[in-house]
Amino acid sequence: MLLYILRRLVSAVSVVIVTLVASFALFFLAPTDPAGVICGPRCTPERLANIRAGLHLDDPALVQIGVYLKGLVVDREFETGGVVRECPAPCLGYSYTLGEPVTKLLAQALPVTLSLVLGAAVVYLAIGIFTGTMAAQVRGTPLDKAVVGTTLVLNSFPYFVFALLVVLYATFLPESGWTSFFENPFSWASGLVAAWVCLGIANAAAYTRYSRASMIEALGQDFVRTARSKGISKNRVVYRHGLRAALTPVATIFGIDLAGQLTGAIFTERIFDLPGLGNLVLRAFGQYDLPVLMGGVLVGSVVLVVMNLIVDIAYTFLDPRVRLG
Amino acid sequence: MSDQTSRVPQTVTRTARTRGGSEEAYLEVTDLQVQFPTADGMVKAVQGLSYSLPLGRTLAIVGESGSGKSVSSMAVMGLHDAKTARISGSIKVGGQQIVGMGEKDLEKFRGSGAAMIFQDPQSSLHPYFTIGDQIMEAYRAHHGVSKSKARTRAIEMLDRVGIPNPKRRVGNYPHEFSGGMRQRAMIAMALVNDPKLLIADEPTTALDVTVQAQILDLIADLQRDFGSAVVFITHDLGVVAEIADDILVMYAGSAIEHGPVEKILGTPLHPYTWGLLESIPALAGEPQPLHPIPGAPPSLLAVPTGCAFHPRCEFRSRVPGDRCTTLKPDLIPRTADTGRASRCHLKDPDQIFQTEILPRLP
Repeated sequence: MLLYILRRLVSAVSVVIVTLVASFALFFLAPTDPAGVICGPRCTPERLANIRAGLHLDDPALVQIGVYLKGLVVDREFETGGVVRECPAPCLGYSYTLGEPVTKLLAQALPVTLSLVLGAAVVYLAIGIFTGTMAAQVRGTPLDKAVVGTTLVLNSFPYFVFALLVVLYATFLPESGWTSFFENPFSWASGLVAAWVCLGIANAAAYTRYSRASMIEALGQDFVRTARSKGISKNRVVYRHGLRAALTPVATIFGIDLAGQLTGAIFTERIFDLPGLGNLVLRAFGQYDLPVLMGGVLVGSVVLVVMNLIVDIAYTFLDPRVRLG
Repeated sequence: MSDQTSRVPQTVTRTARTRGGSEEAYLEVTDLQVQFPTADGMVKAVQGLSYSLPLGRTLAIVGESGSGKSVSSMAVMGLHDAKTARISGSIKVGGQQIVGMGEKDLEKFRGSGAAMIFQDPQSSLHPYFTIGDQIMEAYRAHHGVSKSKARTRAIEMLDRVGIPNPKRRVGNYPHEFSGGMRQRAMIAMALVNDPKLLIADEPTTALDVTVQAQILDLIADLQRDFGSAVVFITHDLGVVAEIADDILVMYAGSAIEHGPVEKILGTPLHPYTWGLLESIPALAGEPQPLHPIPGAPPSLLAVPTGCAFHPRCEFRSRVPGDRCTTLKPDLIPRTADTGRASRCHLKDPDQIFQTEILPRLP
């Protein structure tokens, strides 16, 4: 097990590095000149050259990548206009437009996204698994059909339209905004609740369908019939034997979904004005703020490989038949 | 007569050994009907099934897939969902009426009054719970005992069904058991509450032949020790000869022949049973072409009128008039022997068997 995790970590690190190099190539070697972006509209050739030198943009691409990767483990120094700024390792560079180290920006944005996504996960898992399990038990009845129909409608709605509808019509929810949990847990929660409801309900539709399908399959299994033949109560049959088996595939989907949401909650963050990763990256994209974009890519790839690893490890606990090795 | 009885497999002699026990019926099924309404119409899975079984005896229910043998046994366990199955008639187990029993009473009955073992122990055991856990759960469902007491009982049962090193094995998951051991564990779980009726639904079908024999021996042993009645569902006539006292042949939801095993397998009186015997390949002597039953079992949505077997019966012309197609024969004695019954209009089935079928058998 430990050896397996170690092996997976090594492969995870290599995946992250490959992703970084590939996106580095895409961003830094693109035809747009970042120096021009920083320099702005009233740019003098001298200032432009100065910036280019400060960003090492004239160095060969390989050297640039090497410097970037080296910064992950060794402190770097940035010099612009005669001012030297320290960038302690892990250094992901300085934002061109905000003048802040990328690591600091990410560290500010990550808790926002984590709060948003994990809170929403509680909402959609609770609603989805509960409704799905119920619907599976009354399969074929009008109630079940109503549940399936509702999830289908919710799922076919473009998410941004759904989110806008929530903002426009769910005005009874407290105004959204970001406050750190450690500053004031109450404002933290009240500022996020609208976003939780929105992201939660939109995903609850999908989780209702996963849970329903998974539960129907589980309840049709031979071992459920065995459980019934033992004379244990119906609730015990459904929840201990059925749900236990039904949750395993749902947990897998959840792990992958969570990784996707941590890096892709852009709509929710934008619409509810939360300064999370999505907003940070989106802003950086508009302003050609390459170091921040690269930081976003790094966080995204790390989250994805880590979540994959967690799902695989969790599986050994969920299903005793699975052995890692 | 002597040449017929010698044709029966040698193992039938064991039935003489297990024979005995009280003649009072522990399980009594009377005019059982099980139907499932579907979008295509009413599936008549079991029609007018009646049989009884005293303690200490084994009844084999034989038939093709879809003949109603499993469905009727599920009804005995009260396992059909009241929402999807229409059940009428009477099923009495130890004096208790199962048909129409409430869910709470059924829970009390299942596992303690009657228990069931299933075809595929791989899929019938929960993959995420340990063997011990599953046996303990069955025990604790009917006995208010502590976990450690239940565990002791589980270990005792595993030991009883021949699992080596049960103290360690009790903590294993089903996938850590071999196929035969899983079925032993299933049997341990079924018998943990000492039920007086055990229903075994093709318990050896998913196992390889050597393990099959061990499981059959185990069931026979346990039956003797526990003095229980056993319903053994199978389509393997070799297994029937091995384990059963009585045999009930089912076709299209009805019993078509019922009686002591050596008589039914020795001198069957129904053309369907003849067909079953003729479909067994000979393992010794010159290879001979098999004589299978033509056609396919009928759909339970539209069971043929009259005798359900008539479209496939090669002796239909022997019955005068159109009785085979219009009148369903009763399950009654057809010869001087009142201990057996069959559902066929033929006038002299024993004669046809002696002169026409027997020479064809391998």
